Amino acid sequence: MTTTDTTAEAAAPPPDPNEVRLTINGREVVARKGDLVIAAAQRVGDYIPRFCYHERMSSVGMCRMCLVDVDSGRGPGLQPSCMITVAPGMVVNTQSPAALSAQEGIIELLLAQHPLDCPVCDKGGECPLQDQSFSHGPGESRYVEEKRHFEKPIPISDLVLLDRERCILCDRCTRFADEVAGDALIHFTSRGNDTQITTFPDEPFVSYFSGNTVQICPVGALTAKPYRFKARPWDLDQTESTCTTCAVGCRTVVQSSHDELLRYQGVDSDPVNWGWLCDRGRFNFESVNSADRLSAPQVRVGEELRPTTWNAALARAAELITEAKAVGGAGSIAVIGGARGTNEDAYAWARLAHDVIGTPHVYPQMGDGAQVNLLGFDRATIDETANASTIILLAPDLKEELPVLYLRLRDAAQKRRSRIIEFTQKRSGLSAQAWRTIEYHAGGVTEAVAACGNDPDIVRQLATGNVVIVAGRANLAEHPLEVGNGIVAALQLAPGAKVLPAFRRGNVIGAIEMGLRQGEGGMQVLEIARAAAAGNIECLVLLGCDPLADFPDTDLARRMIAGAPRIIAIDTFLTKSNSSADVVLAAAAYGEKSGTTTNIEGRVTTLSEKVTPRGTSRPDWMIATELAELLGVDLGVSSVDDLTEAIAANVPGFGAATIAALRSARDGVVCRGTLPPATARIATIDERNSYDYRLVVSRKLFDNAVGTAKSPSLAHLAMGSELHLHPLDVERVGSTDGADVKVTSKRASMVFKVVADDSVVRGSAWVPFNQPGPSIGELIDASDVVTDVRVETF
Amino acid sequence: MARLNEANVVYAKEIIGRYPKARSATIPLLHLAQQQDGYVTNEAMKHIGELVGATSAEILGTATFYEMFKFEPVGKYLVNICSTMSCALMGADELMHHAEHKLGIKAGSTTPDGMFTLEHAECQAACTEAPCLQVNYRHRYRVTPADLDRLIDDLSRGRLEGEVPPHGTVARVRQHIPSERAVGAVPPDDVTVAPEWMPAPAEAQK
Amino acid sequence: MKGTTYPHAAGFVAGDRPRIVTSRFEYDNSYKLQRFLATDGYKGLQAALAKSPVDVHADVKSATVLGRGGAGFPAGVKWGLTPQAVWPRYLVVNGDESEPGTYKDRLLMELDPHQLIEGCLIACYAAGLSQCFLYIRGEMAVAQERVAAALNEAYAAGYVGKNILGSNFSVDIVLHWGAGAYVVGEETALIESLEGNRGMPRLKPPYFPAAIGLYGKPTIVNNVETLANLPWLMRNGVEAYTAIGTPTSPGTRMVAVSGHVKRPGVYEIINGTTTFRDLLYGDEFCGGIRDDNQLKTFVPGGGSAPWFLPDQLDLPFEAKLVSAAGSMLGSGAVIVMDETTDIPTAAYTLVRFYAHESCGKCVPCREGGTWLERIMKRLADGHGTMQDLDQLLEIGQTICPGDFPHPSSERLGLEAKPFPFKMTTICFVGPSAYTAVDSALTLFRDEFEAKIVQRNLIPVSVGGPS
Ligand SMILES: Cc1cc2nc3c(=O)[nH]c(=O)nc-3n(C[C@H](O)[C@H](O)[C@H](O)COP(=O)(O)O)c2cc1C
Ligand code: SF4
Ligand code: FES
Repeated sequence: MTTTDTTAEAAAPPPDPNEVRLTINGREVVARKGDLVIAAAQRVGDYIPRFCYHERMSSVGMCRMCLVDVDSGRGPGLQPSCMITVAPGMVVNTQSPAALSAQEGIIELLLAQHPLDCPVCDKGGECPLQDQSFSHGPGESRYVEEKRHFEKPIPISDLVLLDRERCILCDRCTRFADEVAGDALIHFTSRGNDTQITTFPDEPFVSYFSGNTVQICPVGALTAKPYRFKARPWDLDQTESTCTTCAVGCRTVVQSSHDELLRYQGVDSDPVNWGWLCDRGRFNFESVNSADRLSAPQVRVGEELRPTTWNAALARAAELITEAKAVGGAGSIAVIGGARGTNEDAYAWARLAHDVIGTPHVYPQMGDGAQVNLLGFDRATIDETANASTIILLAPDLKEELPVLYLRLRDAAQKRRSRIIEFTQKRSGLSAQAWRTIEYHAGGVTEAVAACGNDPDIVRQLATGNVVIVAGRANLAEHPLEVGNGIVAALQLAPGAKVLPAFRRGNVIGAIEMGLRQGEGGMQVLEIARAAAAGNIECLVLLGCDPLADFPDTDLARRMIAGAPRIIAIDTFLTKSNSSADVVLAAAAYGEKSGTTTNIEGRVTTLSEKVTPRGTSRPDWMIATELAELLGVDLGVSSVDDLTEAIAANVPGFGAATIAALRSARDGVVCRGTLPPATARIATIDERNSYDYRLVVSRKLFDNAVGTAKSPSLAHLAMGSELHLHPLDVERVGSTDGADVKVTSKRASMVFKVVADDSVVRGSAWVPFNQPGPSIGELIDASDVVTDVRVETF
Repeated sequence: MARLNEANVVYAKEIIGRYPKARSATIPLLHLAQQQDGYVTNEAMKHIGELVGATSAEILGTATFYEMFKFEPVGKYLVNICSTMSCALMGADELMHHAEHKLGIKAGSTTPDGMFTLEHAECQAACTEAPCLQVNYRHRYRVTPADLDRLIDDLSRGRLEGEVPPHGTVARVRQHIPSERAVGAVPPDDVTVAPEWMPAPAEAQK
Repeated sequence: MKGTTYPHAAGFVAGDRPRIVTSRFEYDNSYKLQRFLATDGYKGLQAALAKSPVDVHADVKSATVLGRGGAGFPAGVKWGLTPQAVWPRYLVVNGDESEPGTYKDRLLMELDPHQLIEGCLIACYAAGLSQCFLYIRGEMAVAQERVAAALNEAYAAGYVGKNILGSNFSVDIVLHWGAGAYVVGEETALIESLEGNRGMPRLKPPYFPAAIGLYGKPTIVNNVETLANLPWLMRNGVEAYTAIGTPTSPGTRMVAVSGHVKRPGVYEIINGTTTFRDLLYGDEFCGGIRDDNQLKTFVPGGGSAPWFLPDQLDLPFEAKLVSAAGSMLGSGAVIVMDETTDIPTAAYTLVRFYAHESCGKCVPCREGGTWLERIMKRLADGHGTMQDLDQLLEIGQTICPGDFPHPSSERLGLEAKPFPFKMTTICFVGPSAYTAVDSALTLFRDEFEAKIVQRNLIPVSVGGPS
């Protein structure tokens, strides 16, 4: 429930049948059928105190704090406003003496057993119990008995600690774990006054969403390791922003103290994240504070990179570009990356690449090989998807790559709004919710989808209402074109279906729309890589992009870096790839720069600068304008706002994203470019030998990406590189769970630990990408449609 | 520490089969585990979670809500002396003191030989027969200190083996629904129409 | 004294009064199918099957079979509350008897399980309930064995299961057993427990079982004794049933009298007419207070009921009159305290019970109950203070705001405050934890004060066998 004001609707004739007229504190109020009294009252500005109620979870009526006088015709009586739905003519009094004294009584009882250790409590200063004790409490407690005692605090997971003495048993964290995240690993145990929250012995609260429980805890019972004792709420100073860790674009507040990022909290954006964040997005602020950050630009002097001044570094970069142009022409320069920046960064760089340098060889990222033209389909919003009667998944495991989209779709399936038909090469986080899970082998998506045309149940289901196709790169060892093939096949099953691109990188869609994509005759990423490897690229610009870590074909990436005589990198850290660059320009990171970003829906929202950039590092857009200037062109922008306006003025489909519009619309503005849709291309797959396993490579939420690797609290959560086979296949290759096996592709041969995993389709072999340990990229040839490997014991 | 043995898994599946939703079998299955091991082990709770489709934490949450489930070994005989009002009025306190003396342990503990665990209990639905107690949930009525001594001696000497099974066993006679007579449980959402014998709504109106 | 007792029926006292639910208790094999059939067993079911479900339901309605679980709500009316055309519907039998002082359902299950099964079948037939779950309290090993054996017999003989007695009426009765938690007797907690969860009550509304019950489907929850009435009703008809008792309280009901009386026991009494005086002093009943002591006070309807004084002895077992007098009939349990009783300690045993049995969901019950218990313990042990007495009342106001019911008293010059009370909790456990405190403090404050003053440091016992 957002705070859209219902009075407006009320004014609008004709009265809609769902409206309910009731009286709250003497005022006639219009609410909607099914509204809870507590929510209806809040919407008209009457806040009813509460502890257990949370607008994004089912009500349990546990804490009894929200008792108010409700008269439904049989005289006023105390009712929990979090359980009572509005009814016509209902008279609600949230301020009656009975209500007030009940609330006072509840507070006294809650404080009875509560340790009054507020001065050393993380929640102190932002604690609903503390606040409501002041506003609704009796002032002093007469409780003289012995208080409850527990060992405190106890870790319930790698990230979260629990203080059972402070816990008021509101059932919020447990409800979240069960209802929202689907990880019912924390639960009430014992009974009555002995009730406590616990995990099962040796089964910690392992959840990608555990941080949310800390945020919604109404006392200081749950605390997050990365924030504990870091600051007192009143020292924190905060600003609203959007998480760019992935492309869901969850709304956040970014909090800092003494110019250091200290905490991200979820903000409830109704069309997007409902207040939730995943743990990666919530805790990776640590990487921004990392000591390894680049704090000054670097230039190569012989073997090594040396810090230098911006003037020197930019001059060197301009020089490299000019040389390259002289040697091989503008077409010998390639710009790769930009999917992690803001729209403004991308726009400035697109201008630089296309208009100033004049090269068509521009591509927004390497890793996920996002096909630019996937954005050309009729696209769906997250809400349209989560309300569609059928959701077709042709995507990577959303729980791993777009976690909060996973929560939204899980909710859609749980609440029976949508049925999910999942096509997958490995069972995913959503398989448990899926109405149908159709397993297929890499290269077989077109057939798998088409075959459903013969399943009457599926055909009937698709006819029941709107269909949305969620599509993205499910397998990095499979040719990216297969994604388009899948969509085209699905559209034949469900003509008129909309598409939600499941692209992962923070602002990949913004980057594409802003122009970081092939120009006329431009090469796409694979061709650029090949060209560089063949020595046909004179200057390679790596815009926050790390081919050696990100490109599925490690060997080609290596040859590409080696083959490029000139490399300019813009980045926040030194990486495998950019350490061999000639110039590395230190970039400002998330939280250090403002601007806008575009999520998977095309929703443009604002980012805020909260802390000053590390050292002398600068935002990408500023680097672009300065380079342009050195190359003799004035891009005519001197601030982020100039760029935002320029985008609204010049980028097709983004006219609505003006500064004014973005300031007034908290949930942002949905913009869609005008790219042509992809069309299926038949991929030819060579026969595979019956001993081979078809390789499936995909990402886990926690991997070697800098955001995770440079965040001490998260780094150790990366699972590590290992090969998963179906248990029967582990037997088939004559190995055992946990043993080492030799894995051979036509490229190379490596040793992996094998793990028996029944979520892997028989005949497939799954390996996580970009994990600590042996890099699967060594076995992948990006030119192939699929990758088959032999698995042997020794 | 043990999961349910094969025989119990067979019986567990029979029990699960009686309910429209497997989760409903949780408490009966916990009893089964307690009968097998004398108390409810962590392995058993994990196993039950697998059988009824719940996390171990959810099973633990249910199990710890109920008085009868024990999570570490207790005596072969659990002696529960009721101490709620009717029994208290008729001398439950004295009876408890006597029992503590006789067994040489405080309420809430177990004799060193592992034979007896003594507990305070709440109303046992025998209030007219106060003071009363239960041994492994079998009643003893209007218990005098002398009766208690005799009871403890008989139990120690194994004279009541037949009458009082070891702790964990609740009912020795169990329900078995013969398949040819069973109607069978149906998932709640699969039923949409009135049962066969019910008249059409029209008649129901009258 | 008049009345017969039987070694196999501990506590039961038969008298020459009409017996609707205890008619077979004198037989030591009353729980066997063969004995049951020899004594009109399953004739009520046959009579029911001979009618249409609608007519059977109509009979139960016009006979006003009152619920015996505590709320006293007419079964026929309850059955009618299920939403039209929503299926399936379930029957859940409440055999969790654990209200302090209550002892009747266990007897009915141990001594006449077939009568209960027959009652369940009649209810399922009449209300279109397609599966029945018979929830027996965990600590009742013998009841569980007897009901299990009876069900096995009944299935084998074709009384339960598919096509009962060759008709198109088919229903399974599933024996389910609990594991020890008083609150699970509350119908919505019973349902939670039956779903495999912690037995925490649900809020009504919206979770009225008849509308949203087991698995979210319409569910009838009835007490064991309530259902045990149905076979007799079907065999003998509405007139015969309503000829016993009063129009508002027809038939009989089982009442357990415990505490300081000469003959504690379980009696099947005439509803509506029998008075508390008959019951406590009557020769065919308890025959007076032990040792001919003075009656001090008594709990008229189970541990949750506000206490009565001798002033209320002449009230009959008639719900309206009893609630007007400041208490409730509840679950048919009378607990008697004579002049020797130490009131603070006696009350403490009840407060401890309810505090201990709180499910922990509602703050007033979870925290308030424990606080009450601790203060009462202190007072009972003679370490209390005068402030403690006021604190008790303050906590009571948080659990039950406003006037609290109590009887009239000549001695104290008290006007009766009618039952029930307002409450801030979901179910009655929280308020019940305060009930004994309020009764004891309202009716016997002097005893508390005396104990505080004499600061008697030796823990006092409630009395003892004499
Ligand atoms: C705390 C609490 C405990 C209860 N315990 C029992 C019980 O043990 N047995 C019972 O039949 N009803 C009990 N009840 C009443 C049930 O909620 C329900 O009203 C009753 O089972 C309905 O059956 P009836 O209409 O046939 O009486 C209890 C109610 C409350 C609030
Ligand atoms: S009143 Fe007590 S027992 Fe009843 S629901 Fe609330 S907390 Fe649970
Ligand atoms: S009080 Fe002891 S059995 Fe009821």
